[in-house]
Amino acid sequence: MAAKTKQKQRLAVAKTYKIYIDGKFPRTESGRYFALEDKKGKVIANICRSSRKDFRNAVVAARKAQPGWAKSSAYLRGQILYRIAEMLEGRSEQFVDELVLQGRTKLQALKEVTTAIDRLIYYAGWADKFQQVFSSVNPVASSHFNFSVLEPMGVIAVIAPDDSSLIGLVSNIAPAIVGGNTCVALTSEKYPLCAISFAEVLHASDVPAGVVNILTGLREELTGQFASHMDVNAITWCDGGTRTAKSVQEAAADNIKRVISRRDVDWLSDDNAHPYLIRDTQEIKTTWHPIGS
Amino acid sequence: MAIPENKLAFDGGWDYDPAPESTDHVRIDKRYGLFINGEFTAPEKGRYFDTINPANEEKLARVAKADDADVDKAVKAARKAYAGPWGRMKARERGKYIYRIARIMQERAREFAAIESLDGGKPIRESRDVDVPLAAAHFFYYAGWADKLEYAFPGRHAKSLGVAGQVIPWNFPLLMAAWKLAPALAAGNTCVLKPAETTPLTALKLAEVIADADLPPGVVNIVTGAGDTGAAVVTHPGVDKVAFTGSTGVGRIIQKALAGTNKKYTLELGGKAANIIFADAAIDQAVEGIVNGIFFNQGHVCCAGSRLFVQESVADQVIAKLKDRMETLIVGDPLDKNTDIGAINSSMQLEKIESYLAIGQQEGGEMHQSSCPLPDKGYWCRPTIFTGVSQSNRVVQEEIFGPVLAIQTFRTFDEAVTKANNTPYGLSGGVWTDKGAKIFNMTQKVRAGVVWANTFNKFDPTSPFGGYKESGVGREGGLHGLDAYVKLGVK
Amino acid sequence: MSLSAVKTASKLPDLSRVPAVDEVGVDERVARFQSRSIKTASKVDALKMILSMIDLTTLEGQDTPGKVRQLCQKAIHLHDAMPGLPHVAAVCVYPNMVGIAKQVLAGHGINVASVATAFPSGMSSLDIKLDDTKMAVDAGADEIDMVISRGAFLAGDYGLVFDEIVAIKEACGDAHLKVILETGELATLDKVWRASWLAMHAGADFIKTSTGKIQPAATMQVTLVMLQAIRDYYYETGRMVGMKPAGGISTAKLAVHYLVMLKETLGNAWMTPDWFRFGASSLANDVLMQIMKQATGVYQSPDYFSKD
Repeated sequence: MAAKTKQKQRLAVAKTYKIYIDGKFPRTESGRYFALEDKKGKVIANICRSSRKDFRNAVVAARKAQPGWAKSSAYLRGQILYRIAEMLEGRSEQFVDELVLQGRTKLQALKEVTTAIDRLIYYAGWADKFQQVFSSVNPVASSHFNFSVLEPMGVIAVIAPDDSSLIGLVSNIAPAIVGGNTCVALTSEKYPLCAISFAEVLHASDVPAGVVNILTGLREELTGQFASHMDVNAITWCDGGTRTAKSVQEAAADNIKRVISRRDVDWLSDDNAHPYLIRDTQEIKTTWHPIGS
Repeated sequence: MAIPENKLAFDGGWDYDPAPESTDHVRIDKRYGLFINGEFTAPEKGRYFDTINPANEEKLARVAKADDADVDKAVKAARKAYAGPWGRMKARERGKYIYRIARIMQERAREFAAIESLDGGKPIRESRDVDVPLAAAHFFYYAGWADKLEYAFPGRHAKSLGVAGQVIPWNFPLLMAAWKLAPALAAGNTCVLKPAETTPLTALKLAEVIADADLPPGVVNIVTGAGDTGAAVVTHPGVDKVAFTGSTGVGRIIQKALAGTNKKYTLELGGKAANIIFADAAIDQAVEGIVNGIFFNQGHVCCAGSRLFVQESVADQVIAKLKDRMETLIVGDPLDKNTDIGAINSSMQLEKIESYLAIGQQEGGEMHQSSCPLPDKGYWCRPTIFTGVSQSNRVVQEEIFGPVLAIQTFRTFDEAVTKANNTPYGLSGGVWTDKGAKIFNMTQKVRAGVVWANTFNKFDPTSPFGGYKESGVGREGGLHGLDAYVKLGVK
Repeated sequence: MSLSAVKTASKLPDLSRVPAVDEVGVDERVARFQSRSIKTASKVDALKMILSMIDLTTLEGQDTPGKVRQLCQKAIHLHDAMPGLPHVAAVCVYPNMVGIAKQVLAGHGINVASVATAFPSGMSSLDIKLDDTKMAVDAGADEIDMVISRGAFLAGDYGLVFDEIVAIKEACGDAHLKVILETGELATLDKVWRASWLAMHAGADFIKTSTGKIQPAATMQVTLVMLQAIRDYYYETGRMVGMKPAGGISTAKLAVHYLVMLKETLGNAWMTPDWFRFGASSLANDVLMQIMKQATGVYQSPDYFSKD
């Protein structure tokens, strides 16, 4: 279905778009789907309509993966992000095609893919640096050594921007995971294709199972689940009006979830890639110890 | 060391005579209005409530009850000051005003300390040595940030938010006011502060200081009242930022109430901190740490070390030493310089604590209290420990906010980590061991915003404070505390 | 007496697992004691108790029989202008002055304490130390203040230090043995605890901070650690050991802080001259001045109190 239509001489093998949980590509446990159509109404693909159980499973995977991912060295996390960029570069043609299929011009598509690759490189570089920028040694008045460091919040639920298939997703996942969080991302509902292909890139990039989990589905159905899950530490969301803002935060309050609102952001702009997005998904831990003998 | 078999005796013999802090220099008015637009004004509806001394249940003053209209006036005054003199002022000058507040507070430190103890019930030793000096130090610290914000946020441009609505609790009334006001003002915001219903006096005395420091009218407004006044502050549409310290229950309500608004918020909420003692710890200092952890300020401390985990090989020894140490704690008149544990802040809080004492015993916990005498009038609770309790008990899970410690033992490092983190809270934690590698390992694994290693309940203006998980959002104190009061833009 | 015989009598404790002591925590605890405010009657009681706990001390190379007699007179007549005062606990002198002190103090209920064991350095052989001790005991000393061999202790030769104490204790006969750790040379609080533990297990009746010849002498920090060691030893054995901070305690105010520390660490049983002493020379007069001030309401001048 998402086949390359120009290859008429043989029947193309259509790709089945599945979801990505715990390093595996299952179909939604619900068996439901929604049809993704091109402008002319032709079905491009049947997209998994993930259920809250899929989300639950994804959170379990993310929670399980989180301590190990956080414990891995910043150097290693940087290299893995770099590896994702390498893999994406190698498959950029596929992503360009998918973006075009979803209505972007070739030029737009190219820019989005190259920006996504560069963005991954950008955050890969931050892996072993953001801690140095945001940590502090605090000159307390008593005889104690006191320092504040950043620690990952834990499991981040990411509702990727709806108007972007790839760059919006990458721009929200990368700063979350580079700092040791794991995440469960809900893709754009309108343009879900690249997200699943991106999951395949992740799968080929030494990203440990469960660090990134990607679901496709309906926002109306899943946003509330993302916001309310008691074992999710923070939720990042990117579009919607006051009504969405209200419902997300109300649900988030049940476990005092951190709500990271990133609306109206031009994700293609390099101005919107910066370490403060990493810091958004970090807690600050302050440690005291006496100085004596 | 073996299990102590021989008991020490602390009663009878030489004892300390009363050593009351003098209050002849303290001025408390009979009635306080609301501090709005630089002056004390009567509340619109003319309603007042009593603030009492919890140590003798006597009335200290009548305090205005602000309703929606009063809060509206305060927010408008704050907005006007923000749009006007304060917003236009050079950062350096702004800083100098904040320095002034710090200095005047230092000058009037004894008066502040006495009133804090009168109104809130905390021992004068603590208000004198901890609350008041730390509050002044907070203003002094943040004053210096006013003209240095560009260095706090590399690569970004920091801009003030506007009007900050701030609601503070009764456990550290003046200190919490300082934690809220100092960074807000330094970053260029104006403030509407709502002190707790049972402890409004030091905030009102702070209003006097702010007036004496000649801050432009409306930069700081102080509205007194109960929960509905706080709600009016939080939900007022003219407020750009909300800062709240209090229970997780109310924090949750606030987070919901702010849903759909663009208000930035920080929440400092409850806690149930684990204090973990390994067998190789400096045991006597660890026992002091337990005492400071749970009996400081009557245990009315969100970061109190209310869950003690002791490695089993030293558990009997630690508990025996703790019991002996508890016998030397003096419970009584907050104004007495020798008092270690003052009055419980209110009758309501005492009821809550007592209900947990009953629950703990019903759950099968073994309760031990020190044998000290208690005054006849006022609200009091003896230092209390529970042994024989487990993770599933309510006294282990729920925040009691009183001098009540739940003690459990552990065998392995991993067991301690698992039990310590097995809570919805994540404000603070304590680790006691003489082994450096273990300290770093454990302090990394405890999921909490502040971890004290071989110490407990230490605070400093330069040191960020705040929780993980249900203990809150954001940090107060230090460079990181500025973040709550600015929005960051591209340079 | 052979050392092997001693070893069967007492056993060197296991010092490999002594608890750590955190210096900053000790400082904080001491600050808490110092923040206690002792007023009115409790202050007068404390001051009198302090007087009764003083080991009035002179340990100078230039000590003369005359000076020792004068000190003994002071011990008996602290300040006769003020009736109802207790006398000090003991007079502390060198072994060759014990006889003179004994003579003057006879019948007054004041003990004679003598330093011994090559005081203050302890840099001699065990035989000489034993002779030194016997000389003081034979001259009538009621209490012996010995020094430990710090060099051996710091080198980790705990057995030697232990055996010396056992031997000296034996030589003391009925005299009480105070063991001076010379904490100023032990450097860390961990070592202070360890030395305290060792000394108590070897039979010390008292443990004592300092000779007064080394700075720092007694501090509240080291005294607290020693008191906690005494408490731990009591917890374990049921035997009470006394405590004597010595050197550097010259004001009544500081001495009151020590009493607060004693009370809140060991409880009331230790609040007597039998279990707590101040080794001091100028402390008595400051305490007397404070007692007079409490009685008269007037601040005092040192010129009205005898200096000895």
